Amino acid sequence: MTEPTLFELSSPGRTGMTFPEPDVPRFDLPEAGLLRDDLPLPELAEVDVVRHYMALSRYNYSVDGGFYPLGSCTMKYNPKINEDTCRLPGFLFTHPLQPIETVQGNLMLMYQLQEWLKEISGFAAVTLQPAAGAHGEFTGVLMMRAYHKARGDSKRVKMLVPDSAHGTNPASAGMLGMTVKVIPSDARGNVDLQALKAECDDTVVGLMLTNPNTLGLFDENLEEVIRLVRECGGLMYGDGANLNALLGIVRPGDLGFDVMHFNLHKTFSVPHGGGGPGSGPVGVSERLADFLPAPQVAILEPAIGDTPPLYGFVTPKHSIGRMKAFHGHFGGGLVRAYTYIAMHGAEGLKDVSQYAVLNANYLAARLRGTYKIPYDRICMHEFVMEGRVEGSDVRALDISKRLMDYNFHPPTNYFPLIVHEALMIEPTETENKDTLDRFADALLAIAEEARTNPEVVKNAPHNTPFGRMDEVKAARELVLCCWLPEGYESSR
Amino acid sequence: MTYIPISPQERDEMLKTIGVESLDALFEAVPSKYRFPQLNLPPALTEMEAASLLSEIAASNENVRSDLVSFLGAGMYNHYIPAVVDHILRRGEFYTAYTPYQPEISQGTLQAIFEYQSLMTALTGMELSNASHYDGATAAAEAVNMAFAVFRGKRRKVVISPTVHPQYRQVIRTYTQGMELELEGDDPNADLQASPQALVPFIDTNTALVIVQYPDFFGRIFDYTQLIEAAHAQGALVCVVANPTALALFKTPGAMGADIVVGEGQPLGIPMWYGGPSLGFFTTRKQYVHKMAGRLVGETVDSRGQRGYVLTLTAREQHIKREKATSNICTNQGLLALASAVYLAVLGKNGLKQVANLCYQKAHYAASALSKLPGVGLCFSQPFFHEFAVCFPKPVAEINEHLLEHGILGGYDLGQDYPALKDHALIAVTEMNTRDEIDTLVEVVQEVLS
Amino acid sequence: MSTFLSTLKYAKTDEWFDPATGKVGISDYAQDQLSDIVFMEITVSVGDEVQAGTQIASVESVKAASEVLAPVSGKVVAINEDLPNNPETINSDPYGAWFIQIEGGDPANLLDAAEYEKHCQERAH
Repeated sequence: MTEPTLFELSSPGRTGMTFPEPDVPRFDLPEAGLLRDDLPLPELAEVDVVRHYMALSRYNYSVDGGFYPLGSCTMKYNPKINEDTCRLPGFLFTHPLQPIETVQGNLMLMYQLQEWLKEISGFAAVTLQPAAGAHGEFTGVLMMRAYHKARGDSKRVKMLVPDSAHGTNPASAGMLGMTVKVIPSDARGNVDLQALKAECDDTVVGLMLTNPNTLGLFDENLEEVIRLVRECGGLMYGDGANLNALLGIVRPGDLGFDVMHFNLHKTFSVPHGGGGPGSGPVGVSERLADFLPAPQVAILEPAIGDTPPLYGFVTPKHSIGRMKAFHGHFGGGLVRAYTYIAMHGAEGLKDVSQYAVLNANYLAARLRGTYKIPYDRICMHEFVMEGRVEGSDVRALDISKRLMDYNFHPPTNYFPLIVHEALMIEPTETENKDTLDRFADALLAIAEEARTNPEVVKNAPHNTPFGRMDEVKAARELVLCCWLPEGYESSR
Repeated sequence: MTYIPISPQERDEMLKTIGVESLDALFEAVPSKYRFPQLNLPPALTEMEAASLLSEIAASNENVRSDLVSFLGAGMYNHYIPAVVDHILRRGEFYTAYTPYQPEISQGTLQAIFEYQSLMTALTGMELSNASHYDGATAAAEAVNMAFAVFRGKRRKVVISPTVHPQYRQVIRTYTQGMELELEGDDPNADLQASPQALVPFIDTNTALVIVQYPDFFGRIFDYTQLIEAAHAQGALVCVVANPTALALFKTPGAMGADIVVGEGQPLGIPMWYGGPSLGFFTTRKQYVHKMAGRLVGETVDSRGQRGYVLTLTAREQHIKREKATSNICTNQGLLALASAVYLAVLGKNGLKQVANLCYQKAHYAASALSKLPGVGLCFSQPFFHEFAVCFPKPVAEINEHLLEHGILGGYDLGQDYPALKDHALIAVTEMNTRDEIDTLVEVVQEVLS
Repeated sequence: MSTFLSTLKYAKTDEWFDPATGKVGISDYAQDQLSDIVFMEITVSVGDEVQAGTQIASVESVKAASEVLAPVSGKVVAINEDLPNNPETINSDPYGAWFIQIEGGDPANLLDAAEYEKHCQERAH
């Protein structure tokens, strides 16, 4: 049932695309020494290519295909209109270095999106440049570093990160050579205030906090946490991965965060694309605004009468520099998010978060009696339960795999690290009650199977096109492409 | 307009199951002072209204398919995208899936990435490719991270050619500002006529990486073999930033001995989209696989004996290694890697060579015609691909303004980045430019100059 | 069930040290926790002076990554150059798969086999 690779399907002399003959006089190519001998690409007809990718697409689970409760990833439904708006020719075929007068539509859209994200988050300024969440996070940490440096405060090298944090948080700090100090969680899943106090001193860069945290809980000590960090001169970084719980509910900027990245591919319905592209704008408080990446979109000349304003680019005074070439993930990220926000308005966005939280709490309520929820209180948009069943030795991984047989995508498993056998479930607001009930029923049925017929769970999945993969073989043999340069093996 | 499929009655049943009175009651952990802010956003639009608004915004731009004829490149190129590419990208099975963490139900994405990796190694002449980075500039910055990791931080110098894309050099500076690295070689006032060997004096035993571009920012084709040998003699690695279309014709960086080849994959079937999202490809030698950032797909077998694919060597990534990881990178550009794979599959060996040849021929025709104008000259004498620098007897801004009046998007003003290249423009020509368009460009330039 | 060799001394961070030869490796318990090891590299060279508790190697399995620390201070007199090519031998023969050899190491602060076994049992709960 496996599909051959493009290289296996190739047949010499086939072609899927021809181009017009040159309409200019012929110019000689440079000397042969500068040319390549062979171009070992496959040779296929268009129909071969279409059938190949159609076959591959059938092996994929997707949001369009079913329920995808992958915790912290916000796998909400991606409205189809976004796919049309982002492909309008005026967006697709504009060059990033065109004179600004010829791309006022793009610049106006970017400017307005900056303003909307500011309004939603309560921050003073927003950059749209970062390409993804982790990239936004790196941008944020660079700004925090630059802020302290600009004040001559060079002692600050310690980044505080709660033990429930996403791995990108310590990795971003690590990229800048900062020391990462892990702060434990308390019994209610909040940041442990005693442990935090012990680390708060004049070497603190800041605290990187995901709120709601990766347990899906709004930190009950949040105001105190922010007070402690600010008091020792640190900055508050907010990981916006879980913003889907907060739209119209609370603004991170109002709470005292200094910087936060948005994940437009989570909260604002940009599709995940099989693992990207994402889009990770960053919002900052007043004191960090001068450190934003360059360039920023701004109004260069205000509107006069019927003449619209002139939008263009500016460089913030103490900018950390450029985070990527050109202007961020404009077409794939910004246009889709703009469409989504325009269609929701303030009330619609609040509904998004309220129903995301409703759905998560409803699922938690249905599963509570059967699975242990270690930090059990009203959750936000997601919750974490233990993937094990009293009287059975099946593990979270087995339950995840068995869910596939019921035609569901498994939750995030083994994260956060502070919960044993964690299953992190985020239903999002775009699922109806029937789907949630079917999912809860499946998990209850699996718990029963775990007790009565554990082998069926441990050997799952059974109904998927592929079984469990041999990951050890993959890592040891490292076959990473189906084509190798000629003589590669012999030259080793 | 919302996409919430829950009726008021269902909502009430669900609240009852949870045991709370109202939706608002779910948010008591949020400090009451800040709870439920009134957001000042424009009123919600229906789909019909949004479609019309967005069409209006898009139409207010001048695009290079219906409004303008483009001779602008400098890192993003106007190429033809076969219809089949977007038809495959629009499959919900691809674009609404996430990272293939569950291989049993993600073989479509996994095999597509595996094939992408294979295509990129074939194109660059390298041994392995990762699943991609954000764009060419960040891929180049990740090459610095990788080289830094290979030498475990013991080598602290990176030598960059001044003819690497100015924005790429800026991104590398931004990325490395916490690493206490020395970046040398990319003085914008350096002699731009010099051969790549001019970098050799900068390379020493403290050098982790040497970065050059191919074709370089001015479109020139150099054989970097000797430079790479000189770098290797000092133990340094070499990264070549390559244009993928050019690789259909020219000697591969792999054949020159490069250790890392990165670049912008946008020319491979991805729209310019006002700069993004695009695709950063990253290829290297097998021996460095554990130091490379980014996702990687490997072949294996499943429990039923079928060939299959998984994300492999994941323990070197941020979610396991945390602050010790080479990079914090989490996503790749999955859908755009798919776009480039479909593009390469449908063009194949012959189609890509045709595109590259058309670019080469038309660019040379344009260069030859422009350089015949009085006062206009080609800046460099080396072989070039589809982009070339010309000097004008007038400011580029003035010429471009005039071109724009004739519906032509002129070249990139090189004086912005290189003081010595005041009044020089970088002109890009692709298969999209007809002979008539090139002739018009030449005529209008002639008109401005006379 | 993990094996604990009585001729060796152990660090709380799961490295073993052989006082007779000065060789260093990781314990059976550690390899079992890591599961299938797919990559290892030694990050020190012959001639380096290492301090107890500083990194000498790193190990990656399919699902985890771990730093290996020097159990004692001293001078590195040999490294096992074959080990990076066969990292799976750390799983199959953890007490044969030595990483480096340290000269002049003082095992006084290390645990003996019984103490280390107890330390491992405590962590299992």
